[in-house]
Amino acid sequence: MNTDVIDPGHLAGRDTESCLTKADALRDQLGSSLHDNLVAALYEEAAAIAEHATTQHGLRWSGFDQKIDRIVTSRWLGFPIMLALLTFVFWLTIKGANYPSAMIGDALFWLHDRLEAGMKAVGAPWWLTGFLVHGVYRGLAWVVAVMLPPMLIFFPIFTILEDLGYLPRVAFNLDRLFKSVGAHGKQSLTMAMGFGCNAAGVIACRVIDSPRERLIAIITNNFAPCNGRWPTLIMLASLFVAAALPPAYSALAAAGSVVGVTLFGALVMFAVSWGLSRTALKGEASTFTLELPPYRKPQILKTLYTSIIDRTLLVLWRAVVMAAPAGGLCWLLANLTFEGRSLMEIFSGWLNPFGHALGLDGVILLAYIVAIPANEIVVPTILMAYMSKGMMVELDSMAELKQVFVTHGWTPMTAVCLMLFSLLHNPCSTTIMTIFKETRSAKWTIVASLLPLIIAVIVCFAVASLWRMAAGH
Amino acid sequence: MDTLDDTERTLASLTPGEQGVVQGLSCEGLTRRRFLDLGLVPGTLVEVALRSPLGDPTAYLIRGSTIALRKDEANKISIRKAV
Repeated sequence: MNTDVIDPGHLAGRDTESCLTKADALRDQLGSSLHDNLVAALYEEAAAIAEHATTQHGLRWSGFDQKIDRIVTSRWLGFPIMLALLTFVFWLTIKGANYPSAMIGDALFWLHDRLEAGMKAVGAPWWLTGFLVHGVYRGLAWVVAVMLPPMLIFFPIFTILEDLGYLPRVAFNLDRLFKSVGAHGKQSLTMAMGFGCNAAGVIACRVIDSPRERLIAIITNNFAPCNGRWPTLIMLASLFVAAALPPAYSALAAAGSVVGVTLFGALVMFAVSWGLSRTALKGEASTFTLELPPYRKPQILKTLYTSIIDRTLLVLWRAVVMAAPAGGLCWLLANLTFEGRSLMEIFSGWLNPFGHALGLDGVILLAYIVAIPANEIVVPTILMAYMSKGMMVELDSMAELKQVFVTHGWTPMTAVCLMLFSLLHNPCSTTIMTIFKETRSAKWTIVASLLPLIIAVIVCFAVASLWRMAAGH
Repeated sequence: MDTLDDTERTLASLTPGEQGVVQGLSCEGLTRRRFLDLGLVPGTLVEVALRSPLGDPTAYLIRGSTIALRKDEANKISIRKAV
């Protein structure tokens, strides 16, 4: 160490420039051990103070925590427990959301009929009633009835798992897989967040501090199906998978197929991460440190508050804001005609050959284009296009709903391809905007938007072609 | 922990339940900073807590916290095993 004594009074007369030069010169002589020594001394001091001022009852990581950790990260039980929990969460969401969904639906459509009657009573023109009530209001009612109950169940359970401290253990269990594809173990946390909302998942990628791994996590977050897509996945699973089984097993079968789709999403996420870290985002794995915090008793009231106010209402509000204009747009597409055909018929007719090649149809693709602002309204839009009435239909019974699809040529193949398309296709506009905000790069935003779409098209085309070959068409 | 094994080895060589005392870090830059921030300074006692189901990473008890490190990282921390 340099022993020059620096006299403040002596320095005061000089300008900053020469002070900095002097400091630089002195720093060179310090050697690299200064920081080490400094940290060591700080820790020694802190440990001494802590020893003096606090009493510790046993080791922190002992007893209860240790037992739980040994089980949830054990070689044989670690993965089965994660899968079982995931299935349980979906099962509870599907099973529990049924009745409230129907009740909210009934209430909102009761109001719909009153609104319709009210508009008639004040002598509103048919197009105004159509646009406002059959378009905008029905779009809103659909989204609230279909989305609110699952969110009220899914988000609190998820928040409880987060609160308990279980999620870092998931990252701990899965890190080896992420490492082998050149990604960061904390990506599993951002994916878990993406289950709620991909825009939130993309923001959560800030926990990964290496830019390369963070970018991989941002680009692949889309493969975690978000809240706007669960209703589509759950509905298709219930209609086309669960319906084939006795009622006693149907909820479990539906949950099982949703888990299957989720795992396929994870597989694609790993494959894309692997591809990116070997091509455009080459590089060494950065430092990985992950704290496994002590388990905490979840604070039920706080959990309910955060998951209802911060998540459910926020996501619902966004869906409502997006669904209202989209509902209006749907009504316009279905009711504006050109040479005797509605715009919806014309556009979906153009898209039909392409949709057919993907195992879907033109209406489904059109619905996905209308739904770029909000994935939630895909199914309502499809239904509205199928029903010649030109308005979104009521969700009276599942059997009726399935009948609508089947009469428009849907087969189990359509359901599977639609589930895959819903899982893999481009992120919604909010997520795309968030990706741009987080990466500050137009190039990566475009990659993150188009790569999933290309993958979705390839996968659906492959599945549809193989399915048709196997069926002998 | 009264005595230390004479041979110097890395943290990655310990198995769950074993303890070691940090001797030094063989890395520079951000990784070194990160380790120091965790309190991995010479003389710190570290115990191996958990191995992840797939064998890597491993969780260590460091100054009252449970911290998971990958094998590559643990290899950069030299220790003396506590016997």
